[in-house]
Amino acid sequence: MSESEYSKSGSLRRRFFTQAGGGVALLALAPGVRLAELAIAASDDEPVSDKHRWGLWVDTSRCVDGCDKCVSACNEEHGLSGMDRPETDAQWIRKVDLQDEVTGRELSLPLMCQHCEEPPCVDVCPTGASFRREDGIVLVDKHICIGCRYCMMACPFHARAFIHEELSGQKTHSPRGKGVVESCTLCVHRVDEGRTPACVEACSNAGNDALVFGDLKDEEGRLALILDENEGVELRSDLELNTAVRYSEV
Amino acid sequence: MSSGAFQILRPGKVFWLTAGVAAALALSGLAGAHHMESAGHWVTGMNNRVVWGLPHVFAVFLIVAASGALNVASIASVFKKASYKPLSRLSGLMAMALLVGGLSVLVLDLGRPDRLIIAMTYYNFKSIFAWNIFLYTGLLVVVAAYLWMMFEPRMHRFVGAVGKVAFIWRLVLTTGTGSIFGVLVAREAFGSIVFVPMFISMSLSFGTAVMLLAIILMFRLNNLPVKDEVITKLRSLLAYFVITVAFFVAVDHLTRLYTVGDTGVERFLLVDGGIYPLLFWAGQCLLGTVIPGIMLLTPRLAGRFPTVVASLLVLLGAFAQLYVLIVGGQAFPMDIFPGYTETSSYFDGVVAGYQPSLPELALGLGGIGLALLIALLATRVLPFLPQAPVDQPGG
Repeated sequence: MSESEYSKSGSLRRRFFTQAGGGVALLALAPGVRLAELAIAASDDEPVSDKHRWGLWVDTSRCVDGCDKCVSACNEEHGLSGMDRPETDAQWIRKVDLQDEVTGRELSLPLMCQHCEEPPCVDVCPTGASFRREDGIVLVDKHICIGCRYCMMACPFHARAFIHEELSGQKTHSPRGKGVVESCTLCVHRVDEGRTPACVEACSNAGNDALVFGDLKDEEGRLALILDENEGVELRSDLELNTAVRYSEV
Repeated sequence: MSSGAFQILRPGKVFWLTAGVAAALALSGLAGAHHMESAGHWVTGMNNRVVWGLPHVFAVFLIVAASGALNVASIASVFKKASYKPLSRLSGLMAMALLVGGLSVLVLDLGRPDRLIIAMTYYNFKSIFAWNIFLYTGLLVVVAAYLWMMFEPRMHRFVGAVGKVAFIWRLVLTTGTGSIFGVLVAREAFGSIVFVPMFISMSLSFGTAVMLLAIILMFRLNNLPVKDEVITKLRSLLAYFVITVAFFVAVDHLTRLYTVGDTGVERFLLVDGGIYPLLFWAGQCLLGTVIPGIMLLTPRLAGRFPTVVASLLVLLGAFAQLYVLIVGGQAFPMDIFPGYTETSSYFDGVVAGYQPSLPELALGLGGIGLALLIALLATRVLPFLPQAPVDQPGG
């Protein structure tokens, strides 16, 4: 065997061993990788993904006029005590009373951040403090919000609040701060623990069940089934924001 | 001391008095901002419905006027009108001073002005606001370079090229400022593409009015004669800019009046919205447009005093316009549920209240004070003013 043939066959042999070794390694590691993936999916540390899109159904026929259990629960959950200054105090969820201008029909419903798929607040925020999680929850990063309030100018639902003064009695799971903007978090701290938002729980405890929380992407889930059977009205549908909060009969 | 045909201002008593007033305004602005930041914004008239108030009226005015003030330099170096050259340096200086004044107001009104570094390091490029941060700081850099070309004899040959860049930059900047409101589709009073040409024309009008006042003030402080020809030309220009603004304002309102569903906001702004129709018709239209327009186009009123009065009236109209646009646009309730009357504890369905407070006014006036102080002190240390208003090379 000439030197060149030898080196050629050596090169082939090396390539074979490299490729075979790589294949064996892949076969050995793959189940581990898969197991690791399953382990992460089952843990609390699961990164937020677009596998879910959290949303709310508001059954206005079940929402009781004068009841504000959802509002109280939200205030309690997030420590929104207020300073008795209605124009500057924060409200993350409010009850709106409506009267049809033609028929006179009256409605009462809760209004909060609609967690839009195309949120105008996120588009206009100069620093990226307003952001949308992969699972559709729209939040404010309190660390990089500069308090310019442009998001409040852009929100079509008047759903945001600016913190106008020093706060006390804050909850550790819901940090807030003077000089930044905030809004409904869809109780993200509860959602990440597999629980429902405080407003939904309070409405259910009161026996009204006007609020249903769920995953819009879960075809077998309660929310998707409700939306299959009912027309889920999107507020300001003209803006094509694809909101995650849907109402009946508005 | 002089540099070529330009000179450093020789300060007299009136100069120091004017600078003192400007410094006092700037300091009271700082005090107002300090109060707002330490107590929180509840001490202002702003609230969760009217989130931008008097500070934003002042800030937008100063920023828009800044790009317009550069117009005089552009006429000289881009459009080659030699008679404006002696005023080019002052034009660049006023643009920078007004911009710094406006940006200071904007930053000091932030909920967290201490996070300015975040605004400079975290960018959401989908936000027109983020782009504006680049456009504002960029204009400062471009105008600084422009002034260097004017000051440095070896660089005079680049004045035309840099002037063109500055001219395009200022047009883009005003487009950006108009777009801040133009992209807000949620609110009926905003969200119109007409805001872009309207803001460009506003910048030309406000900036030219400021330049006329600055020229007359600076030359008077320095006992310099002003060439009547330049003042006359600027007067005519200002008159046509005022008419252009009025045209776009009319187009903006007529567009909305023609759109079914948007007539409510028009009725509010033009007829029954209380302070806003009053400011629109009496402030913006009569005092800010018709009267100065007639004064500026009447040759018999071409003297210094009527020119100062007309320019001040244009600026008064500017403030009325921006107040109606910014505050009035927010005060009108958003129609979240069309076809329903709305009531809630968060002021849905009702006109939002806004009572401007003293700290806000102090902060806004502080921006004007700071701009004036910068302009005055700069003329004290660098030769911004011509020795005589004649055609000079390198302007």
